[in-house]
Amino acid sequence: MKEFNYTITDPAGIHARPAGILVKEAKKYKSSIAILKDGKSGDLKRIFSVMALGVKKGETVTIQVNGEDEGAAAAAVEEFLKANL
Amino acid sequence: MLTVKGKCVFAGIAIGPLALFHRNTISTASRPVEDVEAEISRFQQARLESIEQLRALYDKALQRVGEDEAAVFETHQMMLDDDDYIESIEEIIREEQINAEAAVDQTAQQFAQMFRSMDDSYMQARAADVMDISRRVEQQLCGGQGVDFGQYDHVIIAADDLAPSETLQLDTDKILGFVTSEGSTNSHTAILARTLGIAAVVQTGTPLHTDVDGKLAIIDGITGMVYINPDEATLAQMKQKQAEEKERKARLDSVRGQESVTLDGQKVEIYANVGNPGNLPQVIANDGEGIGLFRSEFLYLENETYPTEEQQFQAYKKAVSDMKGKKVVIRTLDIGADKQAAYFELAKEANPAMGLRAIRICLTRPELFKTQLRALCRASAFGKLAVMFPMIISAEEIRCSRAILRDVQQQLDREGIAYDPDMEVGIMIETPAAAVLSDELAKEVDFFSIGTNDLTQYTLAIDRQATGLDQFFDAHHPAVLRLIRMTIENGHKQGIWVGICGELGADLDLTETFLRYGVDELSVSPPAILPLRDRVRSLDLSK
Repeated sequence: MKEFNYTITDPAGIHARPAGILVKEAKKYKSSIAILKDGKSGDLKRIFSVMALGVKKGETVTIQVNGEDEGAAAAAVEEFLKANL
Repeated sequence: MLTVKGKCVFAGIAIGPLALFHRNTISTASRPVEDVEAEISRFQQARLESIEQLRALYDKALQRVGEDEAAVFETHQMMLDDDDYIESIEEIIREEQINAEAAVDQTAQQFAQMFRSMDDSYMQARAADVMDISRRVEQQLCGGQGVDFGQYDHVIIAADDLAPSETLQLDTDKILGFVTSEGSTNSHTAILARTLGIAAVVQTGTPLHTDVDGKLAIIDGITGMVYINPDEATLAQMKQKQAEEKERKARLDSVRGQESVTLDGQKVEIYANVGNPGNLPQVIANDGEGIGLFRSEFLYLENETYPTEEQQFQAYKKAVSDMKGKKVVIRTLDIGADKQAAYFELAKEANPAMGLRAIRICLTRPELFKTQLRALCRASAFGKLAVMFPMIISAEEIRCSRAILRDVQQQLDREGIAYDPDMEVGIMIETPAAAVLSDELAKEVDFFSIGTNDLTQYTLAIDRQATGLDQFFDAHHPAVLRLIRMTIENGHKQGIWVGICGELGADLDLTETFLRYGVDELSVSPPAILPLRDRVRSLDLSK
């Protein structure tokens, strides 16, 4: 399993549009990808599940990637977060 | 005459009969079904058709209003692809053995409720998105007939609210305008109306009923007033206002895409001033020839700590890419004076306008400056970027700043990171010191941009924010005009270009004066671009 933390810097938090693009990115990989915040967990391949966490600016999320292409998936998600959120 | 007042969305005036907006009624009443698998495939078909519709709407929006506003239709497609949403609907059909319409409706209510109970207003408002996508699927299930927009011809539409997808389908040749009792000026619907140029007033708070259907109405998108059954005097007055507005718009439209050149052939570039990337569509819509002042402060003011290099790089890269090869002059941070960010921890000053601000902060804290310059250099590889230093008073400051820039570029060379080695470097001329020394400063840079707001305040010793000094203040003070003229002439002696990016640049009474001084570029707020070009094209300097 690959795991990393990321702190959101976008003033609007993980709002609808980046959540959608994030999901699109996650769906390119076979691995299961979870996003965790304050003990709550969401599925990074499901847009409503990500939005339901209501992640705001300044909050830290943990991303857990599990599966055969976990290395590539974790790198892609991390890069997306850095560039967009 | 019935008068209602709402919020202005687009400053147009529409006069015509009102038509109440009707949506087809959809029945989501629950009824038992026997073949649940067939019901599920009926749902799946409706879902896929809905996604297909949204894809077409996205393409249409992309063409009509641009990527930012089209994005909502892409997000809606993803919502319809959400496994939680799909599983919930299928489970209800299977377990309760009921029809797809009812299952979609139940799921929509449940998901909308989840958003409504969240603690921030943005997420709460997403309940509307859930209802919108679900209504689309329900409509497909009920025979696929959406609203027939063809029935509306030369009317003003009255509705409680319009969905973005509905607004996008309004044919601007047939719909004169719309008025809604709900909605908001920041909704996607309002933004679409603005982009499409439809006269609109929203949030009147007064729902309109069938008794006004077909009655003559006037929408004044400039004041937010809506008149129904107007009296003769109001009608005559609004007709005149409409004609004037139309003429003004036609004049401005006629200079769109034209060169900014006087009758006798003197050219000037008309660029835009922008405060954040959100203004970029406005620059393009108003036909800006470039960006003459991109204020980088938003990156610092919107943050609670120093913005990272990556964050800055993305913002600058977006600006130069969106402008597609047109020049983008980015001013390095101008924090201090009236623009404060707490995390800079600047000491309180008795006179911040003359204190530690702008380039003075950068030269005292070179690490901060380096981060910004690295981001700017990296972005320069993606378009035509120029960098501009504010608040300069000496050649030494320019040499120090350029030395730091050179360090940054050498570091990038070592790391093999691309940047534009020919990136122009210029300064703001906004202190009397810089204007007086402009002959010497011109040897150090590629361009000057005159910031008339600060230059005026420092030259006249009149605080921009002070009240009660109006009788002493002269926006066209001869001392300021002399400094501007001197700066332009000194710049030209060294063969560099000189622009004006302060408020005076948009002052149509001074356009002729500045052109006679030989100014090369005027940078103004996006709505001022076309009026200024119109003015330039009407001047003949040979007379």
